[in-house]
Amino acid sequence: MLIDIITSEEVLEIALRSIKVSGIATLLALGYSIPVAMAIGFFRFPGRDYLKSFFNAMIGVPTVVLGLILYLMLAPNGILGRLGLLYTEMGISIGQSLLISPIIVSFVSNSIEAVEKEIRELALTLGATDFQASIAMIKEASSGVLLSAIAAFNRAIAELGIALMIGGNIFVRGGQNTRVLTTAMQMYVSRGEIEIAIALGLILMAIVFIISYLSNTVHTYLRGET
Amino acid sequence: MIVRLERIWKYFGSFPALKDINLDIREGEILSIIGSSGAGKTTLLRIISMLDMPDKGVYYLKGKENTYSIEQRRSVTMVFQKPVIFNTSVYKNIEFGLKVRGVENGEARKRVKEALSMVGLEDYAKRRAKTLSGGEQQRVAIARAVAVKPELIVLDEPTANLDPQNIKVIEDIIKKMAEQGITVVFSTHNMFQAKRIAERVVHLHEGKIVEVGNVKKIFENPSSEVTKKFLSGELFY
Ligand SMILES: Nc1ncnc2c1ncn2[C@@H]1O[C@H](COP(=O)(O)OP(=O)(O)O)[C@@H](O)[C@H]1O
Ligand SMILES: [Mg+2]
Repeated sequence: MLIDIITSEEVLEIALRSIKVSGIATLLALGYSIPVAMAIGFFRFPGRDYLKSFFNAMIGVPTVVLGLILYLMLAPNGILGRLGLLYTEMGISIGQSLLISPIIVSFVSNSIEAVEKEIRELALTLGATDFQASIAMIKEASSGVLLSAIAAFNRAIAELGIALMIGGNIFVRGGQNTRVLTTAMQMYVSRGEIEIAIALGLILMAIVFIISYLSNTVHTYLRGET
Repeated sequence: MIVRLERIWKYFGSFPALKDINLDIREGEILSIIGSSGAGKTTLLRIISMLDMPDKGVYYLKGKENTYSIEQRRSVTMVFQKPVIFNTSVYKNIEFGLKVRGVENGEARKRVKEALSMVGLEDYAKRRAKTLSGGEQQRVAIARAVAVKPELIVLDEPTANLDPQNIKVIEDIIKKMAEQGITVVFSTHNMFQAKRIAERVVHLHEGKIVEVGNVKKIFENPSSEVTKKFLSGELFY
């Protein structure tokens, strides 16, 4: 029965790990991507346009390519091998954060740019100081931050390449496991255990929908629409 | 005299958008800046609103040379041609100017309510401002300017993108603002609008003031050739 599979301890553990690994990836990515986005959004500096096109192009980077590059770097004889990140949850999180960082940088810098001049002048003419006007601009761009975080999380939790190559789909009772929803699905399909794969797929879809729904609610609340 | 501009010039690159502008804005009046598209209306209003500084000339605010201090900036508020709206509720949009001035909550609530009722949007406080129609957004923008009680409100073509019904509503609001003692300067490319609501008119043409005077005088007996042409419709838009 599908429902028994979905509520089994093993499947729940895998689902929770997926949320945790990709959640951490999203937080990491937000941490270093928002400052970059603010720099691009607020300032005009040489090479800025190239930087923007670079991040735009990187949104579509194939996960297997990034996975392979990271694998080569994190492997024991790779340049970052001594960090011991290969086949760890943290390894997947860092890999996914690199994958989704361009989404956040592009979304957020675009939303800052979109509001930049208009909102700044509106704030100023309503009597804001320069500082108050900057705060108003960042607030106005905050829906961009939330949307980008959701899009980024959804991309992270749904990707397979990095989770497989860096995580390795390890699952041992009581061990340092790295199996997540996507790697588990891939494994069960290759074993012909389609029912479990379908169950995992449903869970993945449910997570994505619930997160999007919650973000909409938060968004509405932030807008003061209640 | 609330504002006096003396020999103001404004350049975009080497192109002079304003040429030697001398203009007095009198306390409590409704002054209209008319002129066809590209005449320099927006450029002039942005200078009056202190969003831009002139390249040459002097700006006196209530008799003192303008230093663009926060107090001076707060005495003039501009309403843009295309309404700019904070992505939040109508209430919070109007509250913004009061918040930045540190007006306490009770007083702020009262003033938001007054401003909303003045523009006929009493029941709109909780609505999300960006979902309103163009005319309603323009009224929110006007209420937001009125709420901070500036001495001068500057409106850039406030009815340019509206249908006749909304135009009438906005024009009535402008008259009400003046009744409350606020000095009003608005631009328009529609001479009939100037005739309907303004007391004095300035005709701007290619960055220059070609005519200034009471509405009646200008419409009945314009002194410059350009203004005659404008009024006859040859320079419409
Ligand atoms: N930021 C700008 N850069 C270059 N030229 C500008 C800029 N703003 C306005 N101009 C030019 O200055 C002139 C006056 O513009 P504007 O004040 O917007 O006219 P109006 O509001 O009367 O239509 C126009 O020729 C316009 O092209
Ligand atoms: Mg204009």
